[in-house]
Amino acid sequence: MSINRRDFLKIAGVSAFMSLGGVSVIQQLWDTNVEAAQISPDPRTLTGKRWGIAIDMSKFKTESDYKALSDACHSIHNVPVINNPNHEIKWIWPETFEHAFPGQEDEYLTDSVKHLPFPLLCNHCENPPCVRVCPTQATFKRSDGIVMMDMHRCIGCRFCMAACPFGARSFNFIDPRPYIKEQNKEFPTRTKGVVEKCTLCYERLAKGNIPACVEASKGAMVFGDLADPNSDIRKVLGTRYSIRRKAELGTKPSIYYLI
Amino acid sequence: MLEKALYGSKRYWAWIIFLLSIIGVGFISYLYQFKMGLGITGMSRDVSWGFYISQFTFLVGVAASGVMVVLPYYLHHFKAFARITVLGEFLAISAVIMCMLFIFVDMGQPLRVLNVILHPTPNSVMFYDMLVLSGYLVLNVLVGWTVLGAEKKGVSYPAWVKPLIYLSIAWAPSIHTVTAFLYAGIPGRHFWMTAIMAARFLASAFSGGPALLILLALIVRKYTKFDPGTEAIQALGKIVTYCMFANVFFLGLEFFTAFYSQIPGHMHSFVYLYAGLHGFGKLVPLMWLSSILSIVALVMLVFPNIRKNETLLAIACVCVFVALWIDKGFGLIVGGFVPNTFEKVTEYWPTIPETLITLAIWSIGFLVLTVLYKVAIEVKEEAVYDKYGKKQIQG
Repeated sequence: MSINRRDFLKIAGVSAFMSLGGVSVIQQLWDTNVEAAQISPDPRTLTGKRWGIAIDMSKFKTESDYKALSDACHSIHNVPVINNPNHEIKWIWPETFEHAFPGQEDEYLTDSVKHLPFPLLCNHCENPPCVRVCPTQATFKRSDGIVMMDMHRCIGCRFCMAACPFGARSFNFIDPRPYIKEQNKEFPTRTKGVVEKCTLCYERLAKGNIPACVEASKGAMVFGDLADPNSDIRKVLGTRYSIRRKAELGTKPSIYYLI
Repeated sequence: MLEKALYGSKRYWAWIIFLLSIIGVGFISYLYQFKMGLGITGMSRDVSWGFYISQFTFLVGVAASGVMVVLPYYLHHFKAFARITVLGEFLAISAVIMCMLFIFVDMGQPLRVLNVILHPTPNSVMFYDMLVLSGYLVLNVLVGWTVLGAEKKGVSYPAWVKPLIYLSIAWAPSIHTVTAFLYAGIPGRHFWMTAIMAARFLASAFSGGPALLILLALIVRKYTKFDPGTEAIQALGKIVTYCMFANVFFLGLEFFTAFYSQIPGHMHSFVYLYAGLHGFGKLVPLMWLSSILSIVALVMLVFPNIRKNETLLAIACVCVFVALWIDKGFGLIVGGFVPNTFEKVTEYWPTIPETLITLAIWSIGFLVLTVLYKVAIEVKEEAVYDKYGKKQIQG
């Protein structure tokens, strides 16, 4: 079979495009069900359609009540303790009302609420802007509502940090490993240059355990499936008045604060 | 044609070596950043984008502005731009290269850059940004190089270039619109959440880019035999004037909406940038400098007699360029992060290594531009007459 120069160049050009990632682009655009990570099924796994947490603010009295949450979370997730606020990593932390709910503050607000710290964490939004903007699907929403992170796929562009209206995301500006006090070998550490945040203890749910912060809260936090009308969380939301952070932005946060 | 860049005067080589030395210093700084992480920059958890992304944003505008010479020439047969379209296209090439480098150095995990192609995500604006920028680079290389090659041979350019030229005209505004969409579509950042963002971007691009092109044309005329043409420079001057007015008008619209509505979230970033917020105001002097330069430039540009004096036009163009660089290449990105999502203020200022890396990328851009302009100018000097039979060299 003979082949002229023009045809050869055409074939060479197409092959070069395909080898440079063209095949992957075409395949990926067709297949919409790709998830960055998949969990193996375990009979103990807690299953739900939209996990959420209701935080009962009346049960937070002392500083140690808040510290218990972040200690529980940060220790098992190898969250480094970096004192420079510019490089700080945090998954769950307290913030006073005026900063947690900017625009809702009121000059005549009772002191008890004004200075009351609220535990903040990723809201695991039903309509997450971070997922929308991520150029690699390194952050994605699972079928149980958890907004997940694949720290091996993250390219560190930080678009998700700009997009998150809740400041829930931290970036590893420096190598975090030297700042981990005691490493939990069961959970991966992160490298510099990737974004991380609360993953709603997906690894604990997979083994039938509730999130660590909920467990450490001793009943001040209720974890459950918002899509299930008979779940504990739906029962408490049906009886108590609750607020969510920046609900007006339409991201539909799954973390509720009972006032 | 590239061989023309391999020999030149002492001044040419001195300039190349000067640029290479800045690039060298920046490269070493980048190795340091590569090892230590982005912690060596002034960026933080609160201001998570800084100098790199703001330079990227500004330079996408410079790249897009190439269309301001390409469109009048190819769509309206505006003869005066015949000589300088290639200067606009080559400026676009160097600007796009800088854009890509700024994105690259901003990445926390640069070695994973291909993940954007391996896991294409059509809902991410950044995915489109990658597509449109690479496409624009290819278009300008193909069109600019082919048309210049034809000029060298003294023939008209091949017919297949024409559709690419029309495509590049439509493509240019798209690259800057997509860049604006990076910002204008994210909830919770009031300063960026404005429908006029893309229009503002285009207006500032189409004044800042041609202002730079005027300065480049004047430099080219001073140091080479090639004459870009007084008429072309004056026409560019008019483009700068109109677009700068549009840009300042659009900025005024932002001020009106923020301050007449009195919605705190919409006012905060403006207050931070122009007056300082909660006692923080690192950017205030810069933003005022930008405003003053804008006004000075507009006053100079609006009077035809001032504009017709090339020295004064050059001064006005420097004012426009610096004013827009401060506004878009610094204030716009940082301002969007201040105050942060908790309405607290964390300020940003670039560090020395970050500045060196930034300077190095600008130098790479100027190096690419110098080489491309050297080739283009040699071709034009040899051709002596432009497409319409007018002498395009001095003396």
